[in-house]
Amino acid sequence: MSQATIDADARPDPLGVGAEHPDYLRADSGLRSWLLTKDHKRIALMYYVSVVLFLGLGGIFALVLRTELLTPEQTFIDANTYNQMFTLHGVTMVWLFLIPSIPTIFGNFVLPIMLGAKDLAFPRINLASYYVFLLSAIILLGAMLAGGADTGWTFYVPYSTTSPTAVTWMGIGIFVNGISSIMTAVNFIVSTHTLRAKGLNWHRMPLFVWALYGTSIIILFATPVLGMSLILVALDHSFGLGLFDPRYGGDPVLYQHLFWFYSHPAVYIMVLPTFGVISEIVCSFSHNPPASYRAIAYSSLGIAFVGFFTWGHHMFVAGLSEFDAGVFGALSMFVAIFSAIKVFTWVATLRGGSISFATPMLYFLWFLFLFVFGGMTGVAVATQSLDVHWHDTYFVVAHFHFIMVGGTLTGFLAAAHYWFPKMFGRLYDERVGLLTSVAVFIGFVFTFLPQFLLGNAGMPRRYFTYPERYQWLNVLSTGGAWLLGVGLLLALLNLIVALKWGKRAGPNPWGSRSFEWITASPPSKHNFEETPDIARSAYEYSLSEEVAHERAKAR
Amino acid sequence: MNELLRTILFLPRQASTIADDIDKLHYFVIIATMGGALLVTLVGGFFLFRYRRTAVQKDPSRRVLGATHAIWLEAVVVVALFGMFISWWVIGFWQFMAIRVPPENALEIYVTGKQWMWKFAYPQGASTISTLYVPAGRPVKLILTSRDVIHSFYVPDFRLKQDALPGRLSTLWFEVKEPGRYDILCTEYCGVSHSTMWGEVIALPPEEYERWLQGEAPGPDVAGPVDLRPSAVLDYAPAEPVSMVRQGELAAAQHGCLRCHTLDGTPHLGPTWAGLYGTTIPLEGGGNTRVDEAYITESMMDPLARIHAGYQRIMPSYLGQIRPAETSAIIELMKSLRDVRPKPGAEAPWGTVDVPETREGRQ
Ligand code: HEM
Ligand SMILES: [Cu+2]
Repeated sequence: MSQATIDADARPDPLGVGAEHPDYLRADSGLRSWLLTKDHKRIALMYYVSVVLFLGLGGIFALVLRTELLTPEQTFIDANTYNQMFTLHGVTMVWLFLIPSIPTIFGNFVLPIMLGAKDLAFPRINLASYYVFLLSAIILLGAMLAGGADTGWTFYVPYSTTSPTAVTWMGIGIFVNGISSIMTAVNFIVSTHTLRAKGLNWHRMPLFVWALYGTSIIILFATPVLGMSLILVALDHSFGLGLFDPRYGGDPVLYQHLFWFYSHPAVYIMVLPTFGVISEIVCSFSHNPPASYRAIAYSSLGIAFVGFFTWGHHMFVAGLSEFDAGVFGALSMFVAIFSAIKVFTWVATLRGGSISFATPMLYFLWFLFLFVFGGMTGVAVATQSLDVHWHDTYFVVAHFHFIMVGGTLTGFLAAAHYWFPKMFGRLYDERVGLLTSVAVFIGFVFTFLPQFLLGNAGMPRRYFTYPERYQWLNVLSTGGAWLLGVGLLLALLNLIVALKWGKRAGPNPWGSRSFEWITASPPSKHNFEETPDIARSAYEYSLSEEVAHERAKAR
Repeated sequence: MNELLRTILFLPRQASTIADDIDKLHYFVIIATMGGALLVTLVGGFFLFRYRRTAVQKDPSRRVLGATHAIWLEAVVVVALFGMFISWWVIGFWQFMAIRVPPENALEIYVTGKQWMWKFAYPQGASTISTLYVPAGRPVKLILTSRDVIHSFYVPDFRLKQDALPGRLSTLWFEVKEPGRYDILCTEYCGVSHSTMWGEVIALPPEEYERWLQGEAPGPDVAGPVDLRPSAVLDYAPAEPVSMVRQGELAAAQHGCLRCHTLDGTPHLGPTWAGLYGTTIPLEGGGNTRVDEAYITESMMDPLARIHAGYQRIMPSYLGQIRPAETSAIIELMKSLRDVRPKPGAEAPWGTVDVPETREGRQ
């Protein structure tokens, strides 16, 4: 398919990075060497397996929900199961997939290499954060078996404090999950500050590093607030502490403020890493430096900052004063502008490039449509008078799925294909890759486009049954969901097959200039034989591959 | 054009006076959104094609390394975009204010959300479950609260919704254009039967509404499709409605409010209710506040939160003691006393109310 692929195949080791040392997959063997590893790459793979598993679980929950909604009346599960299912779908997808996925898998894997380091700053903390993450997953999924929770991922009080379900465990699970996130975030921030190779100044770093850096900052400031709020909900639930529950003089709206103070930035935790992935892919495949490095890098920080001041737009009809509503509405417009800057810069980067078209690029194209549409509908819902009609209807469901599934999931898939050769040293089948990508896109559009219309027509979210007039749009949506599911499964199979039967990749199959490609693919246990010395930026496409490699090499 | 776009976008009927305006903004915003997304994707797709590697290798002059000169164009586009967003915001906020601020002469009806039904109390004394009767062509203000968890009162045909929160009052207003039936849905997840917490608004011609208030069942020929099954049986206005003011007097006497507050302006331990509603009072520790539904409710539920300057901190909390319907009735009572001038020494009207000896019936 792509030109680059064939080049690489013809020259198994054009850069002469060779494999004097065995790669990280083979460096040690035995179960122990995996479970107790301090190698960021192996930890990344452990995350990979877990997170994909949770994505699968979340996906199964989603299909159960959508199938239930095929008919207006009960189809095959009862209302209680349905309510627990959408809670668990939300919780799984948000805390076990969207938030951890790109940072812990691809961030963990490539960040140290991009920095020219042998590992993250705190390898043991990195391993610990994995087990803490696993623990949180066990608590959350265990809580489901032990009575479940039926509050939705937002845990609004007083419903959550009065619900007889396992809300307390859910709160604890999310708190523990937050600890894991924070550990990773600290690790990334410290690594970026202290482990940059000689010569690698801030403006030479790959943009993915900037994105992870911005994400980590948000995590550091926002996650503790959420963790504490949910612990307070758990206390309210178990002991009637009475902070949020009006029966004891608490204030339910206070909870909403605290929740969204975290969870609004959290939506950017989910999507900023994708921006990083997209920046890498756009530059690598168009063999062009970004149209404006600074615009992309700084807008990540801009989003991280402004993202903290817009939470009130989730509460326009919750009893916010008119003045507050006005301020939050206006501030929300700024976030959109930072995202717009990124989008324009990516598109401008294509211009004048020399673009090899491969699966990650196709995902980029889908991303472009889904993300821009999702983001623009975000501006639409931030427009107060319109949101009064849309709030808590399927329109909002469609809006955030466009961004989080359309943005983060396509970003995740793009990354999975893009870094596949780096991680495993093999190439996946390009034709199958393109085909599954098309299936994912069509499935996606059929799932979520009708939901905008459902929202317009007035169908509220979290509905187990619905008036008949909404049926045919729901049927479309359910059909789309199944297609999306099949597409994802095939994409996964394609990659799994490539693990064993894929062609050998060579160190830099895409002809990228980003630093992770100057090591062998897959990298050896310590990434580099010697600490590299970097004399160029990550996007020096004016240099030939060999010269570029020379300028970013151990000496 | 309106009808066409409304149908394409699956928007329901425009039954309230503000629906048309909101929809106009809706059309503009959605078309711009769809157009923007398509435009960006098409430009991206076009670049992918035009600068594809094979073509560029044949014609290297197409290649521009580091297309930084796009920055100016970008800046212009970003500024234009921002201008557009801000204009949405200006119009949207302006409309939002219109939705939020009810006209002075609006008719008031109290709404209580409860798992899983809506209860309506009319100041004249009628009360209904799941069916809200309103006159068409007159502004109606709803005063919402909840008995248990958060619910949200939503009428798609009116383009309106507002959360109903326990322990608080929030308001909503609308004016229905035509007599007819309109669905009420609950849009805040509230438990197992959330999706069947339905109701309907029945808008009657004003004269018929008046007759209904007097206890006459409305004519069967109210227009409009219904495909909702209200989750509770509707219950007509009783033949002899007890007005809410009167219910308020009873509640205030039963709960002991009148041990500290007077209704005729006589000074006592607490502020008199005569002429209190709607005034602005100074607060202890500085500042002042308007005495409205929200402040009155707060004073009942959390009396020490904002104290009327000059009074002692002695009022107990009635949270959990007093039912939402009683809260509403007491507010109605206070509203009815708006124009009572303080007449020191006059006989208290609550003398007409039988105060029960025991404290039973308080719950
Ligand atoms: C990075 C991109 C974005 C992500 C990941 C994102 C994600 C989300 C999510 C998850 C929700 C739903 C939360 C819930 O109720 O469960 C949401 C709602 C909302 N988003 Fe976004 N969003 C993004 C961009 C935007 C932008 C750019 C704006 C506005 C300028 C915006 C405005 C809103 C508003 C106003 C709501 C609340 C709607 C309502 O509940 O009525 N979003 N978003
Ligand atoms: Cu409800």
